[in-house]
Amino acid sequence: MKFLGLIRANLFRKKIRLFLTLGSFAVAMCLFGLLFVIREGFNQGIDVAGADRLIAYNRVGLVTPLPLSYRDRILQIPGVTLVTHQNWFGGVYQDPKNFFPQFVIDPEMQRKMYPEFSIPDDQWQNFVKDRQGAIVGAFTANKFGWKVGDRIPIQGTFLPGTWEFNIDGIYHGTRAKDDETQFWFQWDNFENYLETHKIDRYLGMVGWYTIKVDNPDNSLRVAKAVDALFSNSDYETHTDSEANFAAGFAKQMGNIQFLILSIGSIVFFTLLLVTGNTMAIAVRERTSELAVLKAVGYSDRFVLFLVLSEAALIAIVGGVFGLALAKGFTLLPANVNPVRTFLPLLYLSGGVFVIGIGAALSVGLISGFLPALGAMRLRVVDALRRV
Amino acid sequence: MVRVDGLGGSDSLIQARGLGKTYSRGGEQIHVLQALNLDVQKGEFVAFMGPSGSGKTTLLNLLGGLDVPSAGSITVAGDEITHMARRRLTEWRARHVGFVFQMYNLIPVLTAFQNVELPLLLTSLSKAQRRQHVETALGVVGLSDRMHHFPRQLSGGQEQRVTIARAIVSDPTFLLCDEPTGDLDRKSADEIMELILRLVKEYKKTVLMVTHDPVVAERADVTLHLEKGVLVEADSRQSVSSGGVR
Repeated sequence: MKFLGLIRANLFRKKIRLFLTLGSFAVAMCLFGLLFVIREGFNQGIDVAGADRLIAYNRVGLVTPLPLSYRDRILQIPGVTLVTHQNWFGGVYQDPKNFFPQFVIDPEMQRKMYPEFSIPDDQWQNFVKDRQGAIVGAFTANKFGWKVGDRIPIQGTFLPGTWEFNIDGIYHGTRAKDDETQFWFQWDNFENYLETHKIDRYLGMVGWYTIKVDNPDNSLRVAKAVDALFSNSDYETHTDSEANFAAGFAKQMGNIQFLILSIGSIVFFTLLLVTGNTMAIAVRERTSELAVLKAVGYSDRFVLFLVLSEAALIAIVGGVFGLALAKGFTLLPANVNPVRTFLPLLYLSGGVFVIGIGAALSVGLISGFLPALGAMRLRVVDALRRV
Repeated sequence: MVRVDGLGGSDSLIQARGLGKTYSRGGEQIHVLQALNLDVQKGEFVAFMGPSGSGKTTLLNLLGGLDVPSAGSITVAGDEITHMARRRLTEWRARHVGFVFQMYNLIPVLTAFQNVELPLLLTSLSKAQRRQHVETALGVVGLSDRMHHFPRQLSGGQEQRVTIARAIVSDPTFLLCDEPTGDLDRKSADEIMELILRLVKEYKKTVLMVTHDPVVAERADVTLHLEKGVLVEADSRQSVSSGGVR
């Protein structure tokens, strides 16, 4: 602690240089944090996926439906405890850029299948009784200013026309990363529309099945059994864990992991060069001072420690500031944060914060190492002669 | 009594025997110091003079443990420093040597107080004890009222006083002054010399000083002349035993 004054005084020697270096770290770490936020956003479905849930969809692809009659047959497979189904709706509220996922659901099974979504009982009962009812996630409700009791129009896309819904309830996730953007409405409403408009190709067809198993260890066996049950039929299935299903969605957006790694590596390498150069200059311009420190009894190791601790302090302070900026970005409300239009859940976890500080510290120490080594090896006699 | 004949007794505070320093430059061997003997007693004030390149600063660096001789040995207060490991030599310097440089070499981002405190940070003294030592040292050099000034806020003479305070704050065995007045005007140089003389007379400090200035050298008890790495002449208002050179 008694050397802190010396370290601080050295750091503030050139204030502009200090703030520019801190700024480099802050910008780099802010970018690092945002990259992770985006990665987490894409992986959100994977992180919250139930280990005991499987998704069965048409082997041809997600846009091709499956018969509703499969539900009872899937339920017969040993290890299956629950089955429900969803359809993708893909409607638009006011403007096509107001994207949020809308699902046709089976009200009887939805709450049992997704206990992580919390909704007051009275709201749920109203929804079950109301054929035109809808349940909406808290994020989407906040985004559009919807309240329970509101009546809202949704413009159909592949099922044209204006659909009117009553907001009967608002659900909340019980975990930080739970998806609060979904919009659910009743299967009966959907079927009624298809019958009324004589759209036979979707009648009695579901988008995909969600299957709950009694034990996650049985997941693989059950998935194989489901696919085997419907093999060689007109509607063959592909069954996968919910996590893999979500990962498949993320992969459709490209190799996010690779993108993040590439950008992150370039940022860190550039930062390494910038900070390394700054530290080298900082050490070179006070060669005589380091020599005097050694002359009065400071050891070579102390000088190494002194230079490294300066680099480390810059890295940590700049890193914390940058990550705090990234965190602040995630807290911006949806109406001022355009990223939340396509990635509603922006979340910077404590783990990422720790990794970020670790990465910043590593860059600081690596960039400071060569100048510090030079300072450590400095011979007092040579250094004083240079002055 | 300063001796340069190598016949000084074991009671000498500083004892150099057969001291040599050779540099290799472009394949050529340059003998900066050759078979030099020196005995300095506690409380003596010795000035080294000589032309540029005669080896004055090299001798000071060797005696202060900043450089290692090519030949011979140096013993200070019973410690043979010539073969000390680098780390131990650093510790030894902190305990025994106070350095005063021509260019002051203060750390510009530290106040006078903090500069003087630097050597004490390596000791186990408490903050209050360090403060007391620093205030005493700055008081000795007459800068009690400037202790919170930065070097840029001080004159050259005042900066050199801070350097002297830094050199004496840990009460070292001896002081090495390399051209302490070389960068000062005559008046400031006189003040610095008065201060060094006070350290010798009042505080019984042993001082070894390199200078180009005969007026400054005159203030020392003994002036030794170095020429081409050899002590060729000794001059004293007290007494010097120099064997063949006297």
